[in-house]
Amino acid sequence: MKSFIKGLKSGIPIGLGYLSVSFTFGILAVSYGFEWWQAVLISMTTLTSAGQLAGITIMVNPGQYIEMLISQLTINIRYSFMSVSLSQKTSPEFKGIRRWIMGFFMTDEIFAVASNEDVLSTKFFAGLTVFPYVGWTLGTLLGAVLGNILPQSIMSALCLAIYGMFIAIVAPKAKESLSLLLVVCVAVTLSCVFYYVPVINTISSGLSISICAILAAVFGALIFPVKEDAHNE
Amino acid sequence: MNNHSFWIYLLIIAGSTYLIRAIPFAAVQKKITNRFIRSFLYYIPYTVLSAMTFPAALYATGNIIAAAAGLLVAVLFAIKGRSLTVVAAVSCATVFICEQLMHFLGVL
Repeated sequence: MKSFIKGLKSGIPIGLGYLSVSFTFGILAVSYGFEWWQAVLISMTTLTSAGQLAGITIMVNPGQYIEMLISQLTINIRYSFMSVSLSQKTSPEFKGIRRWIMGFFMTDEIFAVASNEDVLSTKFFAGLTVFPYVGWTLGTLLGAVLGNILPQSIMSALCLAIYGMFIAIVAPKAKESLSLLLVVCVAVTLSCVFYYVPVINTISSGLSISICAILAAVFGALIFPVKEDAHNE
Repeated sequence: MNNHSFWIYLLIIAGSTYLIRAIPFAAVQKKITNRFIRSFLYYIPYTVLSAMTFPAALYATGNIIAAAAGLLVAVLFAIKGRSLTVVAAVSCATVFICEQLMHFLGVL
């Protein structure tokens, strides 16, 4: 119960961040011609930002099922790497059906917080998923039904919450390890290339994040392989 | 939105997103011993987060300078070892204050 509560608390900033992100998704979905319940249903069953955004732009045209599948696979391939990464940190009881259920909640942010644990228990992970799931669902509902009610200044500031959280995870570790700091710099540099350089920047953001992350991690694994005792897993 | 095609689309988007997450999570039960793969998996969380944050976060708010200030404050608080919630809160507050200030000064 203690680790469930701990997970719950760790999920609060993610939930708040999701509330504002999915609010925008809700507004957008309705403006594309979706019913409010359709927008909410997409959020409740899919639970991903980039994939859903790409998804609704395809859904407005009937019959593009293959295109939908390809776009989802490329945008979401990063989740596979996250799942494998977390599979190495789970406690012995976190197996079988528990993984099939909890795997549903593998978002970027939940993964980020979960990977910050030395040993990941089912209870902590379950607690961690609650507020993000509620926030994502509720935000979509509010956005779809109420539209733009929050003042723009508050919406704008809330958009940085998720990124602030990312920094809180990476910066302390990068401060301790020079090799990690360099690997992070490689990832950021690649990401900037994918963002600013013409032609390359037409690649979808989900896919380009996967490419940058994989290349930088391969660079790290080749140049600075971690020692066996470097992290106790 | 046409109902028939909505349900097929929903099945594809939800099904593919679920399977791409759950299959690797459920399938890899053993500890990986290969040093290269272990190193790769050690780095991947940090490279994913860094690539997602920069440069996208600069354009996440209404103003790039306010966003940069928010990110800088986040880095400073994070290095000091503050919790996720505190870092997220101060970065939002910084953006809000910056944007109000710029608005007040007539820059925005």
